[in-house]
Amino acid sequence: MIGNEPTPPGPDGSTLLDVAELSKRFPLRRKGWFGGGHPSLVHAVDDVSFTLSRGETLGLVGESGCGKSTLVRLITRLTDPTSGSIRFGSRELADLPAKRFARDADRARIQIVFQDAGESINPRFTAADAIADPLRKLKGVTGPDLKAKVEEAATLCGLPVELLDRFPHQLSGGQRARVGIARAIATRPDLLVLDEPTAALDVSVQVTILQLLVRLRETLGMSYVFVSHDLNVVRLLCDRVIVMYLGRIVETGPAEQVFAKPLHPYTRGLVAAVPRLDGVRDGALRLAGDPKSPIDPDPHACRFHGRCPIGTDRCGLDMPALRRFGGGREAACHYAEEPA
Amino acid sequence: MSAVLDVSDFSVEFRTRSGIVRALDRVAFTVRRGETMALVGESGSGKSVTAYALLGLLDAAGRITRGRAVLEGVDLTAASPSELARIRGKRAAMIFQNPRAALNPIRPIGQQIADVLRRHAGLSRRDAMAGAIDMLKQVGIPDPARRASAYPFELSGGMCQRVMIAIAVATRPALLIADEPTTGLDVTTQAVVMDIVAKLAAETGMATILITHDLALAAERSARIAVMHAGHIVEDAATKTLLANPRHPYTRRLLAATPTAAGSLAALRSIPGNLPDLRRDDLPPCRFAARCDRRLPGCDAKLVWRTIEPAHRIACWNPA
Repeated sequence: MIGNEPTPPGPDGSTLLDVAELSKRFPLRRKGWFGGGHPSLVHAVDDVSFTLSRGETLGLVGESGCGKSTLVRLITRLTDPTSGSIRFGSRELADLPAKRFARDADRARIQIVFQDAGESINPRFTAADAIADPLRKLKGVTGPDLKAKVEEAATLCGLPVELLDRFPHQLSGGQRARVGIARAIATRPDLLVLDEPTAALDVSVQVTILQLLVRLRETLGMSYVFVSHDLNVVRLLCDRVIVMYLGRIVETGPAEQVFAKPLHPYTRGLVAAVPRLDGVRDGALRLAGDPKSPIDPDPHACRFHGRCPIGTDRCGLDMPALRRFGGGREAACHYAEEPA
Repeated sequence: MSAVLDVSDFSVEFRTRSGIVRALDRVAFTVRRGETMALVGESGSGKSVTAYALLGLLDAAGRITRGRAVLEGVDLTAASPSELARIRGKRAAMIFQNPRAALNPIRPIGQQIADVLRRHAGLSRRDAMAGAIDMLKQVGIPDPARRASAYPFELSGGMCQRVMIAIAVATRPALLIADEPTTGLDVTTQAVVMDIVAKLAAETGMATILITHDLALAAERSARIAVMHAGHIVEDAATKTLLANPRHPYTRRLLAATPTAAGSLAALRSIPGNLPDLRRDDLPPCRFAARCDRRLPGCDAKLVWRTIEPAHRIACWNPA
């Protein structure tokens, strides 16, 4: 075994991942020739806290640039946080540099499925190579054992074994998605992060992949963090959802309720913008404009202030914190009200 | 309302090294003034090929093998390349997916709009620039006079799409083809961009063909939907009719796979099988037959388009 001993798994329902006050700031190049002063900072993820139970599926939604991807890279430990804590099981991972974590035993237990497997899988790897790679590197599996494990992962993901010696370009979009998932579950992770896994797929293929994910979650007992811009898919797949806006969590709660009766004005605008088959459109909630700049945002103003349809002067002076509401819901708005 | 575009019996083939791809087969539809029609279907169904073929933008391997496409009295299939170049951009315009890639990256956006006005409306340099700034204002770009000198990389995806819309509608075309105009944009931006297209269409009476894989977007934004599968239009009806009472088995399958209105993941159904290989010489008359659960012996003999109710056409012997 390479690296540290892996964290022992806990019982179902116990906390798997506990993220607290997590922030990531990216410095911009200093202005002027001689530097001086502080560099500007992009606040990509700002003071984010949440927990994920074993067996739970957590959805992560928000517009592009809201920090979803940075948060994913932080919890999968592909990048180092500026501050805050990431507890995985009983172990603190935030202090561990990303480079060291790459060789850590827990690396195999946090895996990620990237968007568009056609782009994210090495084009010179066959499907078998792609699935074998993490097994070889993280688990030290070799020889006939490796072949058996690769075939097992492929079969679990509904990928016919005959296709394993094909290259990504010889596979259909759905088959490539299955390779991406098989690669990620081969090491039997406890936490699987899925970054828009079905964004490039047609609806009929998307259905089979989503149903595969549900089946895998049940057979392998994994927890999912599911990132998607498709709120309908999130509603169907996720137990809970986190809505992010400019690096901060603005609302969180059970997915069904958050989408049915959103508390935060941003969530309301987001939900109202999703096209519906009945053609009913809520133009009153249209979110005009773009988010503010994430560079050195005013620490005292609500990030949504200025674009918010119900904001007041108070929102420009007093950043709202997440408040608890009934039914396990939270929202960061001065004017959010208890759902009726 | 009069027909702006009338397409009939329209077929397109591509010659490739591995055989002839029969990409479109006897496609027929009509778009009226001020109307938005959606072309929906999965990848490879022929939605974009239809748009490219209509505007004479097919690459060298593709050719129109039969049919007519009459835009304001002019048959586009018989028009010379120079006639098409005059029509394109002036009477029929198109906006594309991924606006930042479709715009010229090294030319200020105001110039790109002015180019169209100078070419097709014959305006002077100064008038064209004034017109460009006015168009930027109409598509809701704040501070248009200053933004006119911005380059595409300085704008967000949504802003770039607005610029492309401004280029497309600057000459007040009779027909706008929007090919997946909001794919890749956030839903909030999608709503704003689609509002702008709807507003311009209402003001100018422009007909719009909205090409999308998103049935819900089509439902929300179009009066009529034509469903494509493997180069055929399999069903064409008013949006409300098509969604409430879909008759073609493929349309029903497509709706059953769409997560928008589904109550649970288990309720969603995938569509069995794949698109047929359009290079086959023995393509079945109905290209959905192999995937269809309502197949009859007659399905292998001939494909017919039938009008089952006024303005509701399907390509099926045995509709649901």
